[in-house]
Amino acid sequence: MTNLQKRRLMDNFFHGLVFSVTLFALIILGILLFDIFKDGFKYLSIDFFTNYTSRFVEKAGIKAALSGSIWIIGLTIIFSLPIGVGSALYLEEYSDDRNLLTRIIKLNIANLAGVPSIVFGILGLGIFVHLFGFGRSILSGALTLTLLILPIIIVAAQEAIKSVPKELRHGAYALGSTKWQVIKGVVLPYSLPGILTGSILAIARGLGDTASVLMVGAVSFIAFTPKSVFDKFTILPIQIYNWSSMPKAEFHDLAAGAIIILLVLLLGANAVAIILRNKYQNRIKG
Amino acid sequence: MATYEEKSNMTDNKEKKRRRMKEKSISTILLVLASLSIFTTIGIVATLSKETIAFFGEVSIIDFLTGTEWTALFANPKFGVLPLVAGTLMIAIYGSVVAIPIGLGSAIYLSEYASDRTRKVIKPLLEILAGIPSIVYGYFALTFITPILKIFFPTINIFNALSGSIAVGIMIIPMISSLSEDAMKAVPDEIRHAAYALGSTKFEVSTKVVIPAALSSIISSFVLAISRAIGETMIVTLAAGSTPKLTLNPLESVQTMTAFIVQVAKGDVTHGGLIYKTIFAVGMLLFLMTLFMNIIARMIIKKYREEY
Repeated sequence: MTNLQKRRLMDNFFHGLVFSVTLFALIILGILLFDIFKDGFKYLSIDFFTNYTSRFVEKAGIKAALSGSIWIIGLTIIFSLPIGVGSALYLEEYSDDRNLLTRIIKLNIANLAGVPSIVFGILGLGIFVHLFGFGRSILSGALTLTLLILPIIIVAAQEAIKSVPKELRHGAYALGSTKWQVIKGVVLPYSLPGILTGSILAIARGLGDTASVLMVGAVSFIAFTPKSVFDKFTILPIQIYNWSSMPKAEFHDLAAGAIIILLVLLLGANAVAIILRNKYQNRIKG
Repeated sequence: MATYEEKSNMTDNKEKKRRRMKEKSISTILLVLASLSIFTTIGIVATLSKETIAFFGEVSIIDFLTGTEWTALFANPKFGVLPLVAGTLMIAIYGSVVAIPIGLGSAIYLSEYASDRTRKVIKPLLEILAGIPSIVYGYFALTFITPILKIFFPTINIFNALSGSIAVGIMIIPMISSLSEDAMKAVPDEIRHAAYALGSTKFEVSTKVVIPAALSSIISSFVLAISRAIGETMIVTLAAGSTPKLTLNPLESVQTMTAFIVQVAKGDVTHGGLIYKTIFAVGMLLFLMTLFMNIIARMIIKKYREEY
Protein backbone atom coordinates (compact mmCIF):
# COMPACT_ATOMS: atom_id res chain seq x y z
CA MET A 1 0.00 0.00 0.00
CA THR A 2 1.38 3.39 -0.91
CA ASN A 3 1.61 6.21 1.56
CA LEU A 4 -1.24 8.06 -0.13
CA GLN A 5 -3.51 5.04 0.01
CA LYS A 6 -2.76 4.64 3.68
CA ARG A 7 -3.65 8.26 4.37
CA ARG A 8 -6.88 8.01 2.39
CA LEU A 9 -7.78 4.84 4.26
CA MET A 10 -7.11 6.58 7.56
CA ASP A 11 -9.29 9.47 6.44
CA ASN A 12 -12.17 7.17 5.52
CA PHE A 13 -11.83 5.31 8.78
CA PHE A 14 -11.91 8.58 10.74
CA HIS A 15 -14.91 9.83 8.78
CA GLY A 16 -16.75 6.62 9.64
CA LEU A 17 -15.72 6.93 13.28
CA VAL A 18 -16.92 10.48 13.87
CA PHE A 19 -20.08 9.79 11.89
CA SER A 20 -20.84 6.73 14.02
CA VAL A 21 -20.38 8.53 17.33
CA THR A 22 -22.72 11.29 16.14
CA LEU A 23 -25.21 8.68 15.06
CA PHE A 24 -24.74 6.94 18.40
CA ALA A 25 -25.74 10.11 20.27
CA LEU A 26 -28.87 10.38 18.13
CA ILE A 27 -29.69 6.71 18.64
CA ILE A 28 -29.50 7.25 22.40
CA LEU A 29 -31.99 10.10 22.02
CA GLY A 30 -34.26 7.77 20.05
CA ILE A 31 -34.00 4.98 22.63
CA LEU A 32 -34.67 7.42 25.46
CA LEU A 33 -37.82 8.79 23.86
CA PHE A 34 -38.98 5.32 22.81
CA ASP A 35 -38.41 3.89 26.28
CA ILE A 36 -40.43 6.66 27.90
CA PHE A 37 -43.32 6.45 25.45
CA LYS A 38 -43.42 2.67 25.71
CA ASP A 39 -43.61 2.85 29.53
CA GLY A 40 -45.89 5.82 29.96
CA PHE A 41 -48.25 5.88 27.04
CA LYS A 42 -50.79 3.56 28.64
CA TYR A 43 -51.44 6.03 31.48
CA LEU A 44 -52.35 8.95 29.26
CA SER A 45 -56.08 9.50 29.67
CA ILE A 46 -58.42 12.23 30.83
CA ASP A 47 -58.28 10.76 34.35
CA PHE A 48 -54.51 11.22 34.41
CA PHE A 49 -55.06 14.99 34.18
CA THR A 50 -57.99 15.23 36.58
CA ASN A 51 -56.78 12.94 39.38
CA TYR A 52 -54.52 13.86 42.25
CA THR A 53 -51.61 11.61 43.13
CA SER A 54 -52.56 8.50 45.02
CA ARG A 55 -51.19 5.41 46.71
CA PHE A 56 -52.98 3.40 44.07
CA VAL A 57 -51.40 3.47 40.66
CA GLU A 58 -54.65 3.32 38.73
CA LYS A 59 -56.11 6.32 40.61
CA ALA A 60 -53.04 8.53 40.44
CA GLY A 61 -52.83 11.61 38.24
CA ILE A 62 -50.96 14.85 37.75
CA LYS A 63 -53.66 17.44 38.52
CA ALA A 64 -51.80 19.02 41.42
CA ALA A 65 -48.43 18.81 39.69
CA LEU A 66 -49.62 20.33 36.43
CA SER A 67 -51.42 23.22 38.11
CA GLY A 68 -48.41 23.77 40.39
CA SER A 69 -46.12 23.92 37.35
CA ILE A 70 -48.42 26.43 35.65
CA TRP A 71 -48.53 28.65 38.75
CA ILE A 72 -44.78 28.53 39.27
CA ILE A 73 -43.89 29.17 35.65
CA GLY A 74 -46.50 31.94 35.33
CA LEU A 75 -45.03 33.78 38.32
CA THR A 76 -41.49 33.12 37.15
CA ILE A 77 -42.28 34.72 33.79
CA ILE A 78 -43.79 37.76 35.51
CA PHE A 79 -40.69 38.19 37.70
CA SER A 80 -37.93 37.26 35.30
CA LEU A 81 -38.90 38.95 32.02
CA PRO A 82 -38.89 42.58 33.22
CA ILE A 83 -35.76 42.09 35.33
CA GLY A 84 -33.96 40.18 32.59
CA VAL A 85 -34.82 42.56 29.76
CA GLY A 86 -34.15 45.58 31.98
CA SER A 87 -30.73 44.26 32.94
CA ALA A 88 -29.88 43.54 29.32
CA LEU A 89 -31.00 47.04 28.28
CA TYR A 90 -28.80 48.57 30.93
CA LEU A 91 -25.78 46.49 29.94
CA GLU A 92 -26.16 47.07 26.20
CA GLU A 93 -27.55 50.62 26.00
CA TYR A 94 -26.46 52.48 29.11
CA SER A 95 -23.38 50.89 30.58
CA ASP A 96 -19.80 51.54 29.68
CA ASP A 97 -17.27 48.72 29.73
CA ARG A 98 -14.70 51.01 31.29
CA ASN A 99 -16.95 51.23 34.30
CA LEU A 100 -15.89 48.83 37.08
CA LEU A 101 -19.50 48.13 38.16
CA THR A 102 -20.44 47.13 34.61
CA ARG A 103 -17.54 44.75 34.35
CA ILE A 104 -18.41 43.22 37.72
CA ILE A 105 -22.03 42.75 36.63
CA LYS A 106 -21.00 41.05 33.38
CA LEU A 107 -18.48 38.73 35.04
CA ASN A 108 -21.02 37.97 37.73
CA ILE A 109 -23.72 36.98 35.24
CA ALA A 110 -21.27 34.67 33.49
CA ASN A 111 -20.41 33.05 36.82
CA LEU A 112 -24.04 32.69 37.89
CA ALA A 113 -24.82 30.81 34.69
CA GLY A 114 -22.40 28.11 35.86
CA VAL A 115 -23.77 27.72 39.38
CA PRO A 116 -25.54 24.34 39.80
CA SER A 117 -29.30 24.59 40.15
CA ILE A 118 -29.26 22.92 43.56
CA VAL A 119 -27.18 25.81 44.92
CA PHE A 120 -29.93 28.20 43.82
CA GLY A 121 -32.27 25.88 45.70
CA ILE A 122 -30.15 26.22 48.85
CA LEU A 123 -30.23 29.99 48.41
CA GLY A 124 -34.02 29.88 48.07
CA LEU A 125 -34.28 27.71 51.17
CA GLY A 126 -32.14 30.06 53.23
CA ILE A 127 -33.50 33.39 51.95
CA PHE A 128 -37.06 33.00 50.67
CA VAL A 129 -38.31 30.11 52.80
CA HIS A 130 -36.72 31.07 56.11
CA LEU A 131 -35.31 34.62 56.11
CA PHE A 132 -38.25 36.24 54.29
CA GLY A 133 -40.67 33.76 55.85
CA PHE A 134 -42.48 32.85 52.63
CA GLY A 135 -42.38 29.20 53.69
CA ARG A 136 -42.47 26.29 51.28
CA SER A 137 -44.77 28.24 48.99
CA ILE A 138 -45.28 28.85 45.31
CA LEU A 139 -43.82 32.31 45.81
CA SER A 140 -40.55 30.89 47.18
CA GLY A 141 -40.38 28.40 44.31
CA ALA A 142 -41.01 31.04 41.65
CA LEU A 143 -38.47 33.47 43.12
CA THR A 144 -35.86 30.70 43.23
CA LEU A 145 -36.53 29.72 39.61
CA THR A 146 -36.39 33.39 38.63
CA LEU A 147 -32.87 33.72 39.99
CA LEU A 148 -31.91 30.46 38.25
CA ILE A 149 -33.04 31.46 34.76
CA LEU A 150 -32.26 35.17 34.97
CA PRO A 151 -28.66 34.84 33.71
CA ILE A 152 -29.90 32.91 30.66
CA ILE A 153 -32.57 35.51 29.87
CA ILE A 154 -30.13 38.40 30.31
CA VAL A 155 -27.54 36.89 27.97
CA ALA A 156 -30.20 36.03 25.36
CA ALA A 157 -31.72 39.51 25.54
CA GLN A 158 -28.26 41.08 25.26
CA GLU A 159 -27.61 39.13 22.07
CA ALA A 160 -30.95 40.23 20.63
CA ILE A 161 -30.35 43.89 21.53
CA LYS A 162 -26.83 43.76 20.07
CA SER A 163 -28.31 42.66 16.75
CA VAL A 164 -30.25 45.93 16.30
CA PRO A 165 -28.49 47.79 13.43
CA LYS A 166 -26.74 51.00 14.44
CA GLU A 167 -28.30 52.83 11.47
CA LEU A 168 -31.78 52.42 12.94
CA ARG A 169 -30.66 53.84 16.26
CA HIS A 170 -28.84 56.74 14.62
CA GLY A 171 -31.86 57.49 12.47
CA ALA A 172 -34.04 57.83 15.53
CA TYR A 173 -31.49 59.98 17.35
CA ALA A 174 -31.22 62.23 14.29
CA LEU A 175 -34.93 62.90 14.58
CA GLY A 176 -34.32 64.21 18.09
CA SER A 177 -35.44 61.20 20.12
CA THR A 178 -34.20 60.70 23.66
CA LYS A 179 -32.45 57.49 24.61
CA TRP A 180 -35.58 55.98 26.14
CA GLN A 181 -37.62 56.90 23.05
CA VAL A 182 -35.05 55.14 20.89
CA ILE A 183 -35.22 52.08 23.13
CA LYS A 184 -39.00 52.05 23.26
CA GLY A 185 -39.60 52.85 19.61
CA VAL A 186 -36.69 51.15 17.86
CA VAL A 187 -34.54 48.83 19.96
CA LEU A 188 -37.28 46.90 21.77
CA PRO A 189 -39.62 46.35 18.81
CA TYR A 190 -36.73 45.24 16.64
CA SER A 191 -35.22 42.87 19.19
CA LEU A 192 -38.45 41.56 20.70
CA PRO A 193 -38.62 38.30 18.69
CA GLY A 194 -35.03 37.51 19.65
CA ILE A 195 -35.69 38.36 23.28
CA LEU A 196 -38.80 36.20 23.31
CA THR A 197 -37.04 33.27 21.64
CA GLY A 198 -34.25 33.30 24.22
CA SER A 199 -36.67 33.81 27.08
CA ILE A 200 -38.89 30.93 26.02
CA LEU A 201 -35.87 28.62 25.99
CA ALA A 202 -34.86 29.88 29.44
CA ILE A 203 -38.37 29.41 30.78
CA ALA A 204 -38.45 25.89 29.33
CA ARG A 205 -35.28 25.23 31.30
CA GLY A 206 -37.06 26.46 34.42
CA LEU A 207 -40.10 24.31 33.70
CA GLY A 208 -37.95 21.17 33.70
CA ASP A 209 -35.68 22.08 36.59
CA THR A 210 -36.14 19.86 39.61
CA ALA A 211 -33.29 20.30 42.04
CA SER A 212 -33.77 23.99 42.83
CA VAL A 213 -37.52 23.77 43.46
CA LEU A 214 -37.12 20.50 45.34
CA MET A 215 -34.96 22.29 47.92
CA VAL A 216 -37.54 25.02 48.38
CA GLY A 217 -40.77 23.07 48.33
CA ALA A 218 -40.07 19.42 48.80
CA VAL A 219 -43.50 18.17 49.74
CA SER A 220 -44.16 14.74 48.35
CA PHE A 221 -47.89 14.40 48.76
CA ILE A 222 -50.10 17.26 47.58
CA ALA A 223 -53.76 16.52 46.89
CA PHE A 224 -55.10 19.99 46.15
CA THR A 225 -54.61 22.69 43.56
CA PRO A 226 -53.07 25.96 44.78
CA LYS A 227 -55.36 28.93 45.46
CA SER A 228 -52.76 31.58 46.27
CA VAL A 229 -49.02 32.17 45.92
CA PHE A 230 -48.55 31.25 49.58
CA ASP A 231 -49.91 27.73 49.15
CA LYS A 232 -47.83 24.59 49.24
CA PHE A 233 -47.34 23.01 45.88
CA THR A 234 -45.80 20.29 43.81
CA ILE A 235 -44.67 20.51 40.19
CA LEU A 236 -44.39 18.01 37.34
CA PRO A 237 -40.65 17.31 37.73
CA ILE A 238 -41.03 16.74 41.48
CA GLN A 239 -43.99 14.43 40.86
CA ILE A 240 -41.87 12.53 38.34
CA TYR A 241 -39.10 12.29 40.91
CA ASN A 242 -41.45 11.01 43.59
CA TRP A 243 -42.98 8.37 41.39
CA SER A 244 -39.57 7.30 40.04
CA SER A 245 -38.21 6.81 43.53
CA MET A 246 -41.05 4.49 44.55
CA PRO A 247 -39.93 0.87 44.85
CA LYS A 248 -42.96 -0.42 42.93
CA ALA A 249 -42.34 -0.61 39.18
CA GLU A 250 -45.90 0.43 38.25
CA PHE A 251 -45.17 3.87 39.65
CA HIS A 252 -42.16 4.12 37.32
CA ASP A 253 -44.51 3.82 34.37
CA LEU A 254 -46.68 6.50 35.93
CA ALA A 255 -43.56 8.69 36.09
CA ALA A 256 -43.02 7.98 32.38
CA GLY A 257 -46.56 9.19 31.72
CA ALA A 258 -45.82 12.46 33.52
CA ILE A 259 -42.49 12.75 31.62
CA ILE A 260 -44.41 12.55 28.33
CA ILE A 261 -46.55 15.51 29.40
CA LEU A 262 -43.45 17.44 30.50
CA LEU A 263 -41.63 16.71 27.23
CA VAL A 264 -44.67 17.72 25.18
CA LEU A 265 -44.74 21.06 27.03
CA LEU A 266 -41.00 21.56 26.54
CA LEU A 267 -41.00 20.59 22.87
CA GLY A 268 -44.03 22.85 22.37
CA ALA A 269 -42.14 25.76 23.92
CA ASN A 270 -39.11 25.01 21.75
CA ALA A 271 -41.27 24.83 18.64
CA VAL A 272 -42.80 28.22 19.43
CA ALA A 273 -39.31 29.66 19.88
CA ILE A 274 -38.10 28.25 16.57
CA ILE A 275 -41.18 29.49 14.71
CA LEU A 276 -40.75 32.96 16.20
CA ARG A 277 -37.10 32.99 15.19
CA ASN A 278 -37.81 31.91 11.63
CA LYS A 279 -40.75 34.24 11.19
CA TYR A 280 -38.95 37.39 12.23
CA GLN A 281 -35.41 36.53 11.24
CA ASN A 282 -35.61 38.17 7.82
CA ARG A 283 -37.94 41.00 8.75
CA ILE A 284 -35.70 44.05 8.68
CA LYS A 285 -32.22 43.81 7.33
CA GLY A 286 -30.04 46.61 8.65
CA MET B 1 -45.36 90.73 30.39
CA ALA B 2 -43.34 88.05 28.68
CA THR B 3 -43.64 87.91 24.96
CA TYR B 4 -45.07 84.86 23.28
CA GLU B 5 -41.60 83.70 22.35
CA GLU B 6 -40.30 83.91 25.89
CA LYS B 7 -43.28 81.93 27.15
CA SER B 8 -42.76 79.20 24.67
CA ASN B 9 -39.09 79.06 25.67
CA MET B 10 -40.13 78.61 29.29
CA THR B 11 -42.40 75.65 28.54
CA ASP B 12 -39.68 74.23 26.32
CA ASN B 13 -37.24 74.39 29.19
CA LYS B 14 -39.74 72.77 31.51
CA GLU B 15 -40.38 70.06 28.95
CA LYS B 16 -36.66 69.48 28.55
CA LYS B 17 -36.21 69.28 32.30
CA ARG B 18 -39.05 66.79 32.60
CA ARG B 19 -37.62 64.68 29.85
CA ARG B 20 -34.19 64.73 31.41
CA MET B 21 -35.66 63.67 34.76
CA LYS B 22 -37.47 60.80 33.08
CA GLU B 23 -34.36 59.68 31.24
CA LYS B 24 -32.34 59.83 34.42
CA SER B 25 -34.86 57.83 36.45
CA ILE B 26 -35.16 55.17 33.74
CA SER B 27 -31.42 54.65 33.62
CA THR B 28 -31.38 54.38 37.42
CA ILE B 29 -34.17 51.80 37.41
CA LEU B 30 -32.38 49.72 34.79
CA LEU B 31 -29.14 49.92 36.76
CA VAL B 32 -30.97 48.63 39.84
CA LEU B 33 -32.39 45.73 37.83
CA ALA B 34 -28.95 44.88 36.44
CA SER B 35 -27.46 44.96 39.92
CA LEU B 36 -29.92 42.33 41.14
CA SER B 37 -27.61 39.69 39.73
CA ILE B 38 -24.87 40.90 42.04
CA PHE B 39 -27.23 40.59 44.97
CA THR B 40 -27.95 37.01 43.88
CA THR B 41 -24.28 36.18 44.18
CA ILE B 42 -23.98 38.04 47.47
CA GLY B 43 -27.07 36.15 48.64
CA ILE B 44 -25.57 32.81 47.70
CA VAL B 45 -22.24 33.52 49.37
CA ALA B 46 -23.83 35.06 52.48
CA THR B 47 -26.41 32.30 52.99
CA LEU B 48 -23.87 29.54 52.46
CA SER B 49 -21.25 31.22 54.65
CA LYS B 50 -23.56 31.99 57.56
CA GLU B 51 -24.75 28.42 58.07
CA THR B 52 -21.38 26.93 57.11
CA ILE B 53 -19.65 28.97 59.81
CA ALA B 54 -22.32 27.86 62.28
CA PHE B 55 -21.71 24.28 61.16
CA PHE B 56 -17.99 24.57 61.80
CA GLY B 57 -18.80 25.83 65.26
CA GLU B 58 -20.04 22.32 66.02
CA VAL B 59 -17.90 20.18 63.72
CA SER B 60 -14.17 20.61 63.29
CA ILE B 61 -13.26 21.82 59.80
CA ILE B 62 -10.29 19.42 59.75
CA ASP B 63 -12.56 16.44 60.47
CA PHE B 64 -14.94 17.65 57.78
CA LEU B 65 -12.32 17.98 55.06
CA THR B 66 -10.21 14.92 55.91
CA GLY B 67 -12.69 12.50 57.49
CA THR B 68 -13.40 9.32 55.58
CA GLU B 69 -16.74 8.51 57.16
CA TRP B 70 -20.00 10.32 56.41
CA THR B 71 -22.85 9.24 58.65
CA ALA B 72 -24.62 12.57 59.07
CA LEU B 73 -28.08 11.09 59.54
CA PHE B 74 -27.07 8.44 62.10
CA ALA B 75 -27.40 8.62 65.86
CA ASN B 76 -23.68 9.19 66.31
CA PRO B 77 -23.00 11.32 63.25
CA LYS B 78 -19.59 11.52 61.61
CA PHE B 79 -18.99 14.36 59.19
CA GLY B 80 -16.07 13.33 57.01
CA VAL B 81 -16.97 14.71 53.59
CA LEU B 82 -14.46 12.71 51.53
CA PRO B 83 -16.86 9.86 50.66
CA LEU B 84 -19.33 12.38 49.20
CA VAL B 85 -16.56 14.14 47.28
CA ALA B 86 -15.27 10.79 46.01
CA GLY B 87 -18.76 9.78 44.87
CA THR B 88 -19.19 13.12 43.09
CA LEU B 89 -15.81 12.98 41.37
CA MET B 90 -16.25 9.34 40.34
CA ILE B 91 -19.55 10.14 38.61
CA ALA B 92 -18.03 13.23 36.97
CA ILE B 93 -14.94 11.37 35.76
CA TYR B 94 -16.70 8.26 34.43
CA GLY B 95 -19.35 10.55 32.96
CA SER B 96 -16.76 12.49 31.01
CA VAL B 97 -15.15 9.24 29.84
CA VAL B 98 -18.51 8.59 28.16
CA ALA B 99 -19.14 12.15 27.01
CA ILE B 100 -15.78 13.45 25.78
CA PRO B 101 -15.18 10.96 22.91
CA ILE B 102 -18.78 11.17 21.72
CA GLY B 103 -19.07 14.93 22.16
CA LEU B 104 -15.73 15.69 20.50
CA GLY B 105 -16.35 13.14 17.74
CA SER B 106 -19.71 14.61 16.82
CA ALA B 107 -18.25 18.13 16.97
CA ILE B 108 -15.54 17.10 14.47
CA TYR B 109 -18.14 15.43 12.28
CA LEU B 110 -20.47 18.43 12.30
CA SER B 111 -17.74 21.00 11.81
CA GLU B 112 -15.46 19.24 9.29
CA TYR B 113 -17.24 16.34 7.58
CA ALA B 114 -20.98 16.88 7.47
CA SER B 115 -22.62 18.63 4.55
CA ASP B 116 -24.69 21.70 5.29
CA ARG B 117 -27.87 19.72 4.82
CA THR B 118 -26.89 16.96 7.24
CA ARG B 119 -25.82 19.58 9.77
CA LYS B 120 -29.19 21.27 9.58
CA VAL B 121 -30.87 17.98 10.50
CA ILE B 122 -28.45 16.75 13.16
CA LYS B 123 -27.82 19.98 15.07
CA PRO B 124 -31.45 20.55 16.16
CA LEU B 125 -31.69 16.90 17.19
CA LEU B 126 -28.62 17.29 19.42
CA GLU B 127 -30.23 20.46 20.81
CA ILE B 128 -33.24 18.37 21.83
CA LEU B 129 -30.85 16.13 23.76
CA ALA B 130 -29.58 19.28 25.51
CA GLY B 131 -33.11 20.45 26.34
CA ILE B 132 -34.21 17.29 28.10
CA PRO B 133 -34.42 17.90 31.87
CA SER B 134 -32.04 15.96 34.06
CA ILE B 135 -34.90 14.28 35.93
CA VAL B 136 -35.76 12.51 32.66
CA TYR B 137 -32.20 11.22 32.35
CA GLY B 138 -32.51 10.05 35.94
CA TYR B 139 -35.60 8.05 35.06
CA PHE B 140 -33.80 6.68 32.01
CA ALA B 141 -30.80 5.63 34.13
CA LEU B 142 -32.95 3.86 36.68
CA THR B 143 -35.38 2.10 34.36
CA PHE B 144 -33.29 1.46 31.25
CA ILE B 145 -29.52 1.70 31.82
CA THR B 146 -29.45 -0.15 35.14
CA PRO B 147 -31.44 -3.19 33.89
CA ILE B 148 -29.07 -3.44 30.91
CA LEU B 149 -26.01 -3.21 33.16
CA LYS B 150 -27.54 -5.97 35.26
CA ILE B 151 -27.26 -8.32 32.24
CA PHE B 152 -23.51 -7.72 32.04
CA PHE B 153 -22.82 -7.45 35.78
CA PRO B 154 -25.35 -9.68 37.55
CA THR B 155 -24.10 -8.66 41.00
CA ILE B 156 -24.51 -4.94 40.40
CA ASN B 157 -26.51 -2.94 42.94
CA ILE B 158 -29.84 -1.48 41.74
CA PHE B 159 -28.41 1.88 42.67
CA ASN B 160 -24.90 2.16 41.29
CA ALA B 161 -22.41 4.78 40.22
CA LEU B 162 -21.96 3.37 36.71
CA SER B 163 -25.58 3.84 35.66
CA GLY B 164 -25.56 7.40 37.00
CA SER B 165 -22.24 8.11 35.27
CA ILE B 166 -23.50 6.92 31.90
CA ALA B 167 -26.63 9.06 32.17
CA VAL B 168 -24.65 12.10 33.32
CA GLY B 169 -22.30 11.46 30.40
CA ILE B 170 -25.19 11.40 27.92
CA MET B 171 -26.52 14.61 29.42
CA ILE B 172 -23.27 16.55 28.93
CA ILE B 173 -22.59 15.29 25.36
CA PRO B 174 -24.49 18.17 23.70
CA MET B 175 -22.62 20.72 25.81
CA ILE B 176 -19.20 19.43 24.73
CA SER B 177 -20.30 18.92 21.16
CA SER B 178 -21.84 22.36 20.64
CA LEU B 179 -19.11 24.35 22.43
CA SER B 180 -16.34 22.42 20.63
CA GLU B 181 -18.08 22.73 17.29
CA ASP B 182 -18.42 26.49 17.72
CA ALA B 183 -14.70 26.65 18.48
CA MET B 184 -13.78 24.61 15.39
CA LYS B 185 -16.13 26.63 13.18
CA ALA B 186 -14.36 29.76 14.36
CA VAL B 187 -11.06 28.54 12.89
CA PRO B 188 -10.65 30.56 9.66
CA ASP B 189 -11.12 28.66 6.42
CA GLU B 190 -7.88 30.11 4.98
CA ILE B 191 -5.88 27.89 7.30
CA ARG B 192 -7.85 24.83 6.23
CA HIS B 193 -7.44 25.72 2.56
CA ALA B 194 -3.71 26.15 3.01
CA ALA B 195 -3.49 22.67 4.48
CA TYR B 196 -5.63 21.18 1.72
CA ALA B 197 -3.47 22.92 -0.88
CA LEU B 198 -0.48 21.08 0.58
CA GLY B 199 -2.33 17.83 -0.10
CA SER B 200 -3.67 17.03 3.35
CA THR B 201 -6.64 14.74 3.83
CA LYS B 202 -9.65 15.82 5.89
CA PHE B 203 -8.41 13.67 8.74
CA GLU B 204 -5.08 15.47 8.74
CA VAL B 205 -6.69 18.89 8.50
CA SER B 206 -9.05 18.04 11.38
CA THR B 207 -6.49 16.57 13.74
CA LYS B 208 -3.38 18.56 12.87
CA VAL B 209 -4.81 21.97 12.00
CA VAL B 210 -8.33 22.57 13.26
CA ILE B 211 -8.18 20.81 16.63
CA PRO B 212 -4.84 22.36 17.65
CA ALA B 213 -6.14 25.79 16.64
CA ALA B 214 -9.33 25.36 18.65
CA LEU B 215 -7.74 23.39 21.47
CA SER B 216 -8.15 25.98 24.23
CA SER B 217 -11.90 26.26 23.69
CA ILE B 218 -12.25 22.49 23.33
CA ILE B 219 -10.46 21.82 26.62
CA SER B 220 -12.46 24.51 28.33
CA SER B 221 -15.66 22.86 27.09
CA PHE B 222 -14.49 19.66 28.79
CA VAL B 223 -13.89 21.52 32.03
CA LEU B 224 -17.30 23.21 31.86
CA ALA B 225 -18.96 19.87 31.19
CA ILE B 226 -17.20 18.27 34.17
CA SER B 227 -18.31 21.19 36.32
CA ARG B 228 -21.86 20.60 35.14
CA ALA B 229 -21.53 16.91 36.02
CA ILE B 230 -20.31 17.77 39.51
CA GLY B 231 -23.40 19.90 40.13
CA GLU B 232 -25.82 17.45 38.52
CA THR B 233 -28.41 16.38 41.03
CA MET B 234 -31.48 14.48 39.89
CA ILE B 235 -29.74 11.72 37.91
CA VAL B 236 -27.46 10.77 40.77
CA THR B 237 -30.21 11.11 43.35
CA LEU B 238 -32.38 8.64 41.46
CA ALA B 239 -29.79 6.23 40.10
CA ALA B 240 -26.53 6.31 42.06
CA GLY B 241 -27.87 5.56 45.52
CA SER B 242 -27.59 7.03 48.99
CA THR B 243 -24.71 5.18 50.61
CA PRO B 244 -21.68 7.45 51.05
CA LYS B 245 -18.68 5.30 50.28
CA LEU B 246 -15.00 5.86 49.63
CA THR B 247 -14.64 3.66 46.57
CA LEU B 248 -13.56 3.70 42.94
CA ASN B 249 -15.71 0.72 42.00
CA PRO B 250 -18.51 2.03 39.76
CA LEU B 251 -20.64 -1.05 40.36
CA GLU B 252 -21.28 -0.03 43.94
CA SER B 253 -23.92 2.27 45.32
CA VAL B 254 -22.46 5.64 46.34
CA GLN B 255 -23.74 9.07 47.31
CA THR B 256 -22.76 12.38 45.77
CA MET B 257 -22.74 15.75 47.51
CA THR B 258 -25.86 16.82 45.62
CA ALA B 259 -27.69 13.59 46.39
CA PHE B 260 -26.96 14.05 50.09
CA ILE B 261 -28.35 17.59 50.02
CA VAL B 262 -31.57 16.34 48.42
CA GLN B 263 -31.83 13.46 50.89
CA VAL B 264 -31.70 15.90 53.81
CA ALA B 265 -34.04 18.45 52.22
CA LYS B 266 -36.61 15.75 51.51
CA GLY B 267 -36.74 14.64 55.11
CA ASP B 268 -38.20 16.67 57.92
CA VAL B 269 -35.30 18.84 59.00
CA THR B 270 -35.66 21.31 61.80
CA HIS B 271 -34.62 24.75 60.71
CA GLY B 272 -31.40 25.66 62.51
CA GLY B 273 -30.47 22.14 63.60
CA LEU B 274 -27.07 20.60 62.85
CA ILE B 275 -28.49 18.52 59.98
CA TYR B 276 -29.98 21.67 58.43
CA LYS B 277 -26.54 23.26 58.56
CA THR B 278 -24.89 20.32 56.80
CA ILE B 279 -26.89 21.21 53.69
CA PHE B 280 -25.12 24.54 53.60
CA ALA B 281 -21.65 23.21 54.43
CA VAL B 282 -21.84 20.60 51.67
CA GLY B 283 -23.47 23.17 49.38
CA MET B 284 -20.61 25.59 50.03
CA LEU B 285 -18.05 22.97 49.05
CA LEU B 286 -20.07 22.20 45.91
CA PHE B 287 -20.34 25.89 45.03
CA LEU B 288 -16.61 26.42 45.48
CA MET B 289 -15.74 23.33 43.40
CA THR B 290 -17.93 24.36 40.45
CA LEU B 291 -16.83 28.00 40.68
CA PHE B 292 -13.20 26.87 40.62
CA MET B 293 -13.80 24.74 37.52
CA ASN B 294 -15.62 27.57 35.75
CA ILE B 295 -12.82 30.02 36.48
CA ILE B 296 -10.26 27.49 35.21
CA ALA B 297 -12.30 27.06 32.01
CA ARG B 298 -12.29 30.80 31.43
CA MET B 299 -8.57 31.08 32.17
CA ILE B 300 -7.74 28.32 29.68
CA ILE B 301 -9.56 30.21 26.94
CA LYS B 302 -8.03 33.53 27.85
CA LYS B 303 -4.48 32.29 28.17
CA TYR B 304 -4.18 29.86 25.29
CA ARG B 305 -6.49 31.32 22.68
CA GLU B 306 -5.00 31.39 19.19
CA GLU B 307 -5.82 34.71 17.57
CA TYR B 308 -6.18 34.89 13.82
